[in-house]
Amino acid sequence: MRPFEYVRAETRDDAHRADGRIIAGGTNLLDLMKLQVETPERLLDVTRLDMHEIDEAENSVRIGALVTNSDLAAHPLIRKRYPVLSRALLAGASGQLRNKATTGGNLMQRTRCPYFYDTTQPCNKRAPGTGCQAIGGVNRILAILGTSDHCIATHPSDMAVGMRTLDARVEIETADGDTKLLPLDEFYRLPGDTPERETALEPGDLIVAVHLPDPPAGAQAYRKVRDRSSYAFALVSMGAVVSVENGKIASAAMAFGGLGPRPWRDHDAESVLEGETPSRALFDKAADVLLADAKGQGENDFKIPLTRRVVAAVLSDLTGVSQ
Amino acid sequence: MTEHLKMDEVQPRLLDETTQGAIHRPMPRPEGPLKVSGRATYAAEWKMDNAANGVLVRAAIPKGHYKVDASSVEAMPGFLGVYTDRMPRNAAQGTMNTNPAQIGDEIQYLGQPIAVAVAETFEQARDIAAALKIDYDRDDDVAAGPDTAQQVNEKDDPFDQGDLDRAMADAAHSVDATYTTKGHNSAAMEPHAALAVWDGDKLTVRASLQMLGYNRNELADSLGIDAENLRLLSPYIGGGFGSKLGISPEAIAASVAAKELGRPVRVVMTRNNVFETVVRRTETRQRLRLALDADGKLTGIGQENWQSNLPEEPFAEPVDLATHFLYAGANRRYGQHIAIVNRSAAGSVRAPGEAVGMLALENAMDELAEAAGIDPIDLRVANIPETHPENGKPFSSRSLAECLRQGAEAFGWSARQAPGARREGEWLIGMGVASAARTNILQESKARVTLNPDGTALVETDMTDIGTGTYAILGQIAAEMLGLPPEKVTVELGDTDLPKASGSGGSWGAASAGSAVFLGAKGIRRRLAERLGCTPEDLRLQDGVATGGNNRRPLAELMDAPLSEIGHLETGAKSNDVHQAGYGAHFAEVAVNTVTGEVRVRRMLAAMAAGRILNEQTARSQVWGGQIWGIGTALTEGLDHDPRTGHIVNNDLAEYHVPVNLDVPDLDVIFVEERDDDANPIQAKGIGELGLSGAGAAITNAIYNACGVRVRDYPATPDRIFSHL
Repeated sequence: MRPFEYVRAETRDDAHRADGRIIAGGTNLLDLMKLQVETPERLLDVTRLDMHEIDEAENSVRIGALVTNSDLAAHPLIRKRYPVLSRALLAGASGQLRNKATTGGNLMQRTRCPYFYDTTQPCNKRAPGTGCQAIGGVNRILAILGTSDHCIATHPSDMAVGMRTLDARVEIETADGDTKLLPLDEFYRLPGDTPERETALEPGDLIVAVHLPDPPAGAQAYRKVRDRSSYAFALVSMGAVVSVENGKIASAAMAFGGLGPRPWRDHDAESVLEGETPSRALFDKAADVLLADAKGQGENDFKIPLTRRVVAAVLSDLTGVSQ
Repeated sequence: MTEHLKMDEVQPRLLDETTQGAIHRPMPRPEGPLKVSGRATYAAEWKMDNAANGVLVRAAIPKGHYKVDASSVEAMPGFLGVYTDRMPRNAAQGTMNTNPAQIGDEIQYLGQPIAVAVAETFEQARDIAAALKIDYDRDDDVAAGPDTAQQVNEKDDPFDQGDLDRAMADAAHSVDATYTTKGHNSAAMEPHAALAVWDGDKLTVRASLQMLGYNRNELADSLGIDAENLRLLSPYIGGGFGSKLGISPEAIAASVAAKELGRPVRVVMTRNNVFETVVRRTETRQRLRLALDADGKLTGIGQENWQSNLPEEPFAEPVDLATHFLYAGANRRYGQHIAIVNRSAAGSVRAPGEAVGMLALENAMDELAEAAGIDPIDLRVANIPETHPENGKPFSSRSLAECLRQGAEAFGWSARQAPGARREGEWLIGMGVASAARTNILQESKARVTLNPDGTALVETDMTDIGTGTYAILGQIAAEMLGLPPEKVTVELGDTDLPKASGSGGSWGAASAGSAVFLGAKGIRRRLAERLGCTPEDLRLQDGVATGGNNRRPLAELMDAPLSEIGHLETGAKSNDVHQAGYGAHFAEVAVNTVTGEVRVRRMLAAMAAGRILNEQTARSQVWGGQIWGIGTALTEGLDHDPRTGHIVNNDLAEYHVPVNLDVPDLDVIFVEERDDDANPIQAKGIGELGLSGAGAAITNAIYNACGVRVRDYPATPDRIFSHL
């Protein structure tokens, strides 16, 4: 760990103006600093700011950026109306980590690609231009969608997958005091040839909240496939909300973890489902569209057939199709 | 005075005659409260004014030469020095007794410790280690793994008995299958740490070590000093599992730096260091051949293995260790191939040999039972040999059949159905069984036992307690023999100034050091009998009162000064003339998810026979640990090596998946009553590694019984199962 300066933001203005890396729960950042993957000269602690509330507004719920994962998962409103998010949160990390991790911090966590963590190894995300050692290396847990020749990292969050399923938007306050509301697919960038730039945040931006619109009609589910029962990142995870009316799928939302550099959602795959009678064949067709551009890297090839199985199983559950 | 025994003859079962009731009964570890309240001081925690802190610098390339440029970091805050002298390539192997490889400026694997950076604080040292400029002369001719190795060492004399090829050809049923296991790391909770303090030419090192007698010679040899000038202290150890058998880089680095700086130096490994520089269990490929005749008798067994290690490293995983004696069969063949690779050193990780060898053998036995249409338990019981099938030696106590039968009864084995028959929603349920076997070993040991007139006693030895319960069982043995409540006995361990015992490894610690304590106490009993005026055989000691020859006297009346005896156990003819091993049977019930291939272990049962059980609680904990380790080897654990550099990529506990609480179901343990008269004077056998032997195979056999998928590549992660469903 490099020596660093620690500053506590007392006001949001402090947070915008101070030049430094924002820290909240620190569950990922401190690990990265110890390994010198991240070497900020200044840490800006925002945990005293007033962003700890979950507020119900008209047609939405607003989750303060400092609400912990544990509190969010346990909140009656979330459990009742957004169970996909509650389940996604509880599928992530461990109890101890969830007690510290915050909503905003969880969105900002970095990939678990092992080469990103080892400063002696090339990694375009950590050291732009050095190459991607995961390609041709140990890549079993890495991405099959949205990758580039420069980076095949996944975004590790479960929470973000639940939020992506629910069309969440990230509320960002800019240094000028303006507010932006970004859906997660605009919040997260794809790696392209700049994998070091992961989000749309600009200098001085502060995540202050996440907004959930009223939940879409239908049943919700979150399913995570992993190598051990707890405290393991997703091989594949899926959040889904599906409604069935008169025997046809009226609406469907599906988001995936473990597949891409951001919580992955494909509206074309959802369109395949809408207006159709649920069936295994239909689910396979949706998976075909979802995975049309999937690219395995060898060790992670299995994620393609595994995703197909998860899609079929989750959609079968939600629509009452027997497998 | 010394009470000496060379184990040439069967000894009387004195611990069945004594009446204190301290032995066998479940007793919590006396040091447990210290450990859970932070009062047991581990090596790195020792407070010492003026101690500097060192951090190991790791090689960033897999092969070549290096030179450090200390001037690049001299101006950094807290800088004290950067040292490369005597840095070992890796840890010493267990019982090596000499220095580990020290190869100067050469690099043979990525992550190799090449220097220690020392500063006032740990944080400063870590920063300096990261900033240190290192000039590499890189050699690109890297053998990243067994597949690309240019040098493969064959075992000189592969064992070959009869004609296995013919037995296979003539067999009514046979299995010829190849199994693979990934490498493992011990991943002990306490990372390796050392604090070195020089006083003139005398060196004291507080470290986390399993075998102080050997470690003292290894460290002295590494430093080029006289072992008489070195004292090692290791009273508390946060898990070893083989990773602390030999002296390792942090202790050598701390000693070198402390000498140079003239002040104490502490070096603590990071978790990444532990994964990269501490011995790994080699990955293995194993070809198993089993031949069965029409009567269900084995006629042939073959086990050939492929593994890897660094150049000149004196260790091979004894993969076929248990296969030599577990089952009958006239035609037998083994082979070993060690690829020389640029990977960290392979060495002992809990149950070297059986941990992976039994995965393959017991998986193959399940395949054979399936092929022959015989119940897996019946197949095993029918093929238990009368004498050692390769050298004809008699066996000592051998309760394998009882373990299989009693275990089956307790587990409800009769409810087992055909693969695919038992379904609960998406989940298929199955049961599996596997035998357990672990060679029993005795090692020379000494311990001093002192009885005080006030009815307290002291046990002193350089023996270690690596979390296994040594403090508890040595105290219990002394208490039982001296007729004292166990809480009246104090046990001092982990100091090379104390009488030298076996150390902890190979599951021999309890029986070896325990026998030394037994002998020391026996010597005291002899002296008390003289004073009481009875024969030692007639002496009865209980609750501080001696009875014998129509006399009954409190201890205080028999002694006005402490009585002290050194118990000295030596191995004897019994170690060679009789084949000794612990045996057991593992049972597992698993659920396999038909969508994802995820496996959840629903319950496990182990029936274990390991001679006299000294403490039912610590013994059960050891077996639990073995069962849990079995879950890890079967389902989750495996080192991932980069295919280009050989580097261990998953070098932390986030990505090296040891089982978590949720992976571990209810674990049941049965002890099958046994005394092993050939083993030692306390009739006990090792149990620490027995609990792991075969445990993982019971799980993969249960997977087969659940869903019909035969897992031959370990660990059985979801991707290796769902594609077959």
